[in-house]
Amino acid sequence: MTVHNVFLAIAVMAVVTYLIRVLPLVLIRREIKSPFIRSFLYYVPYVTLSVMTFPAILGATNVIWSALAALAVAVVLSLMRCKLPVVAVAACATVFLVELLPFV
Amino acid sequence: MSNDTKQWFIRGLRDGLPIGLGYFAVAFALGIQASGAGMTALQSTLMSLFNLTSAGEAAAIALIGAGTTYVELAFTQLVINIRYLLMSCALSQKIAPDTSFLHRLLIGYGVTDEIFAVSMAVSDRLSPAYSYGAIAVAVPGWTLGTLLGAVLGNVLPARATGALGVALYAMFLAIILPPARKSKVIAGVVAISMLASALLTLAVERLSLTFLTEGFRIVLLTVLISAVAAWLFPVVAPHSEEVPS
Repeated sequence: MTVHNVFLAIAVMAVVTYLIRVLPLVLIRREIKSPFIRSFLYYVPYVTLSVMTFPAILGATNVIWSALAALAVAVVLSLMRCKLPVVAVAACATVFLVELLPFV
Repeated sequence: MSNDTKQWFIRGLRDGLPIGLGYFAVAFALGIQASGAGMTALQSTLMSLFNLTSAGEAAAIALIGAGTTYVELAFTQLVINIRYLLMSCALSQKIAPDTSFLHRLLIGYGVTDEIFAVSMAVSDRLSPAYSYGAIAVAVPGWTLGTLLGAVLGNVLPARATGALGVALYAMFLAIILPPARKSKVIAGVVAISMLASALLTLAVERLSLTFLTEGFRIVLLTVLISAVAAWLFPVVAPHSEEVPS
């Protein structure tokens, strides 16, 4: 069926996305005992966030140089255990400043 | 509201604030795209409020703009957003087993990459109030950003939106790198994940493997790498601060 009603299309999307999000939460109601699955789920956030960050961050700005600089700043500040908002703001400021440079 | 609940809520608000700001910037760009594709401001705002997914909405805008079917739209959302299924599985173990059905329904609405990230970075059991705090700032940021982007269009210079685009990635790094410093295993997992992601992205571009969408790539690598890591380095107590070193 071709989409004629955008509101209906939005509702269809919303239902699919919500079901994906909510089903594991309502279906898995107890603590998983399997050491393998527990370990697997333990590593999931680290892998997912790493995969989402790189290389996507390189395409997030107007030029790759500002993205590389922001990546470097964010990595250093994160390793120094700076707070989350500090790292985020510093990365944005880096992009802004690098893109002001005349040769970029 | 008990004192404990209040504190969890405030903690969620605090951690949600940078997310809300980052969302605002990304959603602003999304709103511009949506009006470009012919969607009204009301449509794009409702889409953001009810879907809360950047990649999914960007794909939907492209599909709706080009003409699509309900089935194609539903399938696209499934493929792009299937990673939330893994995140929710992990979250199901992070919340107390006796968390009520209603709380689970509400937390589910707020499972986004960023809220998931900050939730998993909390070292104790997660209280639903924390999610509500994060949702309370993240969702208005996302929804209002879309609305303003749709209404105001290109008032922000490209320079400013470009700078804001890195905020969410910087946040991800701030979440995964401190534990990586403590644990060689996590450091290895992070490094291998990024390397594999770069190689796969390159392969997709070079060989035009268009069926491997970004959402699908994330799921594929997450399942593969997490499984291998779990097999090689099983974790004894995933909820404690103790990590394999």
